Amino acid sequence: MKNKNSRRSFIKNISLATFSALALSGCNSEAFDVFLQQNFKTLSKKEKDRIIKNLEIKYKEKYGKEFHVSDRPALEGTSFGYALDLSRCVGCRRCVYACVKENNQSRDPQIHYIEVLQMEKERGIDFAHSTAQYNPEKVPEKGYFYVPIQCQQCKNPPCVKVCPVRATWQEPDGITVVDYNWCIGCRYCMAACPYGARHFNWGEPNVPNEELNTEVHYLGNRPRMKGVVEKCTFCIQRSREGKYPSCVEICPVGARKFGNLLDPDSEIRYILENKRVLILKQELNTQPRFYYFFGI
Amino acid sequence: MNFFRFITGSIKIIFRGSKTYYTWLIILLLLILWGGFGYSGQLAHGLIKTHMRDSVSWAFYIGNFTFLVGVAAAAVMLVIPAYIYDWKPIKEIVIFGELLAVCSVFMCLSFIMVDIGNPLRFWHMLPLIGTLNFPSSMLSWDFFVLNIYLLLNLFVVTYLLYCIFYKKEYKKSIVLPLVLISIPMAVAIHTTTAFLYNALPGRVFWNSALLAPRFLASAFCSGPAILLILFQILRKTTNFEIKDEAIWKIAELMVYAMFIYLFFTIAELFKEFYSGTENILFWKYLLFGIGDHKEIVPYSWSSIIMGCTAFVLFLIPKTRKNFLTLNIGAVLIYGSVYVEKGIALIIPAFTPDVLGQIYVYTPSMTEIRTAVMIFSIGFLLFTFLSKIAIAIVFENYNIESLNPKIYSK
Repeated sequence: MKNKNSRRSFIKNISLATFSALALSGCNSEAFDVFLQQNFKTLSKKEKDRIIKNLEIKYKEKYGKEFHVSDRPALEGTSFGYALDLSRCVGCRRCVYACVKENNQSRDPQIHYIEVLQMEKERGIDFAHSTAQYNPEKVPEKGYFYVPIQCQQCKNPPCVKVCPVRATWQEPDGITVVDYNWCIGCRYCMAACPYGARHFNWGEPNVPNEELNTEVHYLGNRPRMKGVVEKCTFCIQRSREGKYPSCVEICPVGARKFGNLLDPDSEIRYILENKRVLILKQELNTQPRFYYFFGI
Repeated sequence: MNFFRFITGSIKIIFRGSKTYYTWLIILLLLILWGGFGYSGQLAHGLIKTHMRDSVSWAFYIGNFTFLVGVAAAAVMLVIPAYIYDWKPIKEIVIFGELLAVCSVFMCLSFIMVDIGNPLRFWHMLPLIGTLNFPSSMLSWDFFVLNIYLLLNLFVVTYLLYCIFYKKEYKKSIVLPLVLISIPMAVAIHTTTAFLYNALPGRVFWNSALLAPRFLASAFCSGPAILLILFQILRKTTNFEIKDEAIWKIAELMVYAMFIYLFFTIAELFKEFYSGTENILFWKYLLFGIGDHKEIVPYSWSSIIMGCTAFVLFLIPKTRKNFLTLNIGAVLIYGSVYVEKGIALIIPAFTPDVLGQIYVYTPSMTEIRTAVMIFSIGFLLFTFLSKIAIAIVFENYNIESLNPKIYSK
């Protein structure tokens, strides 16, 4: 058995070395290291620590700021859930911009994890007749209601199923994450996602230095690179520290609720038990952890 | 050592040629350069140089990929009728069909490489060193079958040419089973590619069981079209012998394929338009446009008109047996399937997007130039390989002509 293993790792090392020599001849050893880095999910604690330390040094050089990169795993006994009160949401889009800031999303080219759709009250939830491009002086507009959409953190995620390299997966607490260093940028997940929740870095991402959030998670809001997919992680850097995602915190009308589905005393459980909830596109059997409800 | 001589002999032959041959090579090289400079912009700045965005996240590149999978599949499937109707030059048909398949798969893989955001990370897909998501991801299946198909065809065709080069009799026990495997493999690559799109419940436009059958039918229209023209060129310029009847038979088989394709499409359209659900939107965008967004309409109608004209030309025996109209028909059907796979298959699936928003996509100059680059490289490769095959198969170029002094004794 041991023999087989070493042969396997020998083949692995030899082929890796050849490939990388071909691909990167002339590059410095650091880029070489990053190039050779394995899928984060398969790494040992030691390797993860080393990578994170290097990352902090690299960010310091690149942005001149002290970053704190966490790789905190899911807490035992948590399964996150989200609920959004459609009767309260006024469509102000504060959540959109709080999210952009918290998660270091590229400003130009622009990436938004949350898209707020304006829908006609007479039609109900009808994507074909909705618009994301509403721009009145004051919201809400008469005759309309608003449906903010972000990653629904499906229990049966189509995006994870299709990824050819396992660069995206569902964590034990239900958050679907992306390893930006492993994603090849094929965008199959974007074709598979029925909610438009996945976003691609079409160009080099651009965040003003003074607006950088330096409290980051490896699988969340750390600075991304060109050519990889990213998505909402329920603010993994906050939620795993026991804080609310920033969209929940900023919402001026309290339409956004977040909590642990396994905790019987949580607000999210109260909503599921006492309100009538709905999920988007339930016929697709994606089983979202993101519920919509009418609170008033 | 023997194989090495075969390779050097083959390389020598690609530098020998007439003025027309060299002009053709120079045109291809210029196109490669022109396309390559377009692609270098994408390499430097990323896929932002294309017109793809989050709403339409797959487009022209993957459409080209799909088209070429069809060409690769059909080239080898032509072996079936060649066998059944006992066309004489079956060995030659196998050789040129498989050469075309090799070049098409090469172009397919190139279109994948230019379409991914991090081409250097392609090794993440390799078994043992990467983490290929097999069997869950259809893309991993596609990658797997395409590579096997490439190796299979490359092996058979190299082996056949190698044997002829050394004037040896090829071993039927090696070639026959491999050719027999490559036929279902041809069906497999195109079916897998259809399945890549087919079972994404969020994309209703593709979510029809007719998608894979339509893929195969359309492939049987476009793939033989190239060989039809190639066989005529070979017949004129070499001592390749293929009877008129065989060429007309290919055309006849293409008519059946076109009819089946037309029938499947009409069945699809009937179901969508008569049931009249929301899902009709995608077909509406393709055929008529939604509101002021009619950018895609010229593409779809040009494909329909080209396809129907070719169908009529191939259906009427008189025009089918006239080589001028036959060739016009072959070019038209090729063009029709190209536009259908390149644009009409992919874009409507993303417009309107999953949240009902419309982003209008048409290919950018970078995308067109990159595609020109890949096609030119593919044609160049095919020219070289055909040149070698023609020399070895028809012009009696063999080990003796490589070094006449030794062998003349």
